[in-house]
Amino acid sequence: MTVWFEKQRHLIDFTLASLIRRKGRNLGLLFVYTLLVFVLASVMLYTHALRHEAAVILEGSPEVLLQRLVAGRHDLIPPGYIERIGTVRGVQQIRGRLWGYYYDSVVKANYTFMVPEDGSVAKGTLVVGPALERERGLARDNGISFRAYSGQLFSFTVAAVLPQASELASADLILMNEGDFRAFFAYPAGHYTDVALSVANPKEVRNVANKLANLLPDSRPILREEVQRTYASVFDWREGIMLALLSAAILAFSILAWEKASGLSADEKREIGILKAIGWETGDVIRMKLWEGGLISLTAFLVGFVAAYLHVFRAGSPLFEPVLKGWAVLYPRFDLVPVIDGLQVATLFFFTVFPYMAAVLVPIWRAAVTDPDAVMRA
Amino acid sequence: MIELRDVKKAFNQGQHNEYWALSGISLTIEARRVTALRGPSGSGKTTLLTLIGCLARPTSGRVSLHGRDISGLPERFLTEIRRKTFGFVFQQFNLIKGLSAMENVMLPAYPTGRPHRELKQRAEALLDRLRLAHRRDARVEWLSGGEQQRVAIARALINDPEVLIADEPTANLDTALAKEFMAILESFGEEGRTVILTSHDPLVVESAAVNRVVDMRDGLIVEP
Amino acid sequence: MSARPSTLAFLLLGSLLAAFAACFTDAVWLRAERGPELVSMRLLAAQLGLSDLALFTEARYTRHPAQADLHSGFQDHPLALEHFPSGSLMVPRYDGLVREATTPD
Ligand SMILES: Nc1ncnc2c1ncn2[C@@H]1O[C@H](COP(=O)(O)OP(=O)(O)OP(=O)(O)O)[C@@H](O)[C@H]1O
Ligand SMILES: [Mg+2]
Repeated sequence: MTVWFEKQRHLIDFTLASLIRRKGRNLGLLFVYTLLVFVLASVMLYTHALRHEAAVILEGSPEVLLQRLVAGRHDLIPPGYIERIGTVRGVQQIRGRLWGYYYDSVVKANYTFMVPEDGSVAKGTLVVGPALERERGLARDNGISFRAYSGQLFSFTVAAVLPQASELASADLILMNEGDFRAFFAYPAGHYTDVALSVANPKEVRNVANKLANLLPDSRPILREEVQRTYASVFDWREGIMLALLSAAILAFSILAWEKASGLSADEKREIGILKAIGWETGDVIRMKLWEGGLISLTAFLVGFVAAYLHVFRAGSPLFEPVLKGWAVLYPRFDLVPVIDGLQVATLFFFTVFPYMAAVLVPIWRAAVTDPDAVMRA
Repeated sequence: MIELRDVKKAFNQGQHNEYWALSGISLTIEARRVTALRGPSGSGKTTLLTLIGCLARPTSGRVSLHGRDISGLPERFLTEIRRKTFGFVFQQFNLIKGLSAMENVMLPAYPTGRPHRELKQRAEALLDRLRLAHRRDARVEWLSGGEQQRVAIARALINDPEVLIADEPTANLDTALAKEFMAILESFGEEGRTVILTSHDPLVVESAAVNRVVDMRDGLIVEP
Repeated sequence: MSARPSTLAFLLLGSLLAAFAACFTDAVWLRAERGPELVSMRLLAAQLGLSDLALFTEARYTRHPAQADLHSGFQDHPLALEHFPSGSLMVPRYDGLVREATTPD
């Protein structure tokens, strides 16, 4: 055991001494390798945590949302509609939602106006999302006016700002009183934007949705699980874009690494011959090479992963914002809850460490066929 | 100790450029003596050394070490015998560039898994004995020819081999260094090591350190 | 003589492994710290009936991807093309595209 260990240490000593001889090249390779792991791991950690975040937050969203469609487009819920929904068995709570969009040309941003149905916002006041606080410099008791789509100017005072911790869900929200909302958007009385409902038995959700669709052929029920699936796929393809962008870099690196690891220069070939002549077995040469590949790839993986972790969860992923935020003006600032998928990490490990080790091993057959007596005639 | 019986070696056998470098050598090399192989260029001296040193296998004939036939052993066992029994000093020295003298000396012992401390002490002792202690941390490519040769000798001795094989050890040395080498050689004989070397250099072959000279020509041994 | 290269390598790998492990303990710690924020957002979603995250606010179908009725560009924000892969790769030509959704204040 100690002999085995001592032997491996000797092999490591040798392989490191050899690596140090070509310091520039090897350090360069290590750097690029680490950078690649860093970007891959960052994308992975970021999207996975965001998916988790969406899944948890949306657990709170309504079980079924019912839109009414007119000519294939989202339209208002007319009076009487909600009562008819109430006749469907299994439907527990029904509430008409009032919300809409508003484009603020001052900061060139879109806001989401919404009426909380508990009536917690008093007439003439607003509760605004944290991004508005930041972008429009709003604070409690400030006044603000918006020009409605009708051209009329409405003035409000800010009653409160939603907590910064909820920014991922509420960055662009403006909560207002129902009366103000209807007046601002000239919303016809008794009409709603859409309907949120809950179902008594969670297993019945799909059934209830079918019944609703039959009862109200112009409606489109949206299930919470569909919403959650939508989010999962949104981040999947955002991740996909990043990976697609990266694939060229990955390919270039693979070629470089393959070249470096598997190419056996005349010098190296001679060295292996010498080692074999002075009593190293082919197996010793292979082990030595494995250590080389293992040390380089493991270092790259660990450094890359740790840096990615710090980047995503401690520094707020500054490198991804431009890619992930699109053209939005009100981009939420949020700290992701670090949820790390062990399987993903293992996959990343596998795909970064093993190909490199394999590339290092390729020249071995050449080492094996190098006759030790070739050394005698240099 | 080493016995060769009707040993033949062909290169590229069965191809149009087939070449018989050794065409029937029978020779017994006694233990604890210095044996020199002498002969014109191309007479097969180096080839013979590779067979004796288990670097290659004969095409036909037998090589036995301590009465054990080693000519048919698989590569793995040959490597083991090579490491335990033989130390090599190559004509070109074949040191590994970029490593220090010390590291080069320790290299053949790495696969044995001997403790680092012990190895270092032994390597230091060897370099000391060859008056190279002051250069032990220098990279080998900065060393002079004679220094490189002494590093190569130290490397050959690190595993404490019974047999030292040296191919044209003085070819790159001037007279003074060659004489120095012969002095080292003499001490090996006194130590009881078996030394087999090749040379055209009369200084070597005729020196008192050499106990026996074997003459070769065209892959055969010529009786004097 | 300085330390053996293998000693240095073991030290380096050891500390890297420790840092790797530290990421996971730090994650546990941060989960405990930030978990309540997540719960409060779920509560807010339940209270207001929110169906989407406020991640991409440039257009209706990116603000509420779950409820959008069509995925066409230029819906709300003048620079919003669309949120499909091509849109993320192309930068819009700003000059020709600027238009206001409402009359400015
Ligand atoms: N791998 C090989 N393939 C073909 N021919 C070879 C090979 N190795 C050696 N030979 C030939 O075998 C013959 C003997 O070579 P060897 O190296 O043993 O000679 P030598 O006596 O050591 O010569 P020198 O004194 O010049 O070193 C030479 O003619 C050489 O060309
Ligand atoms: Mg020769």
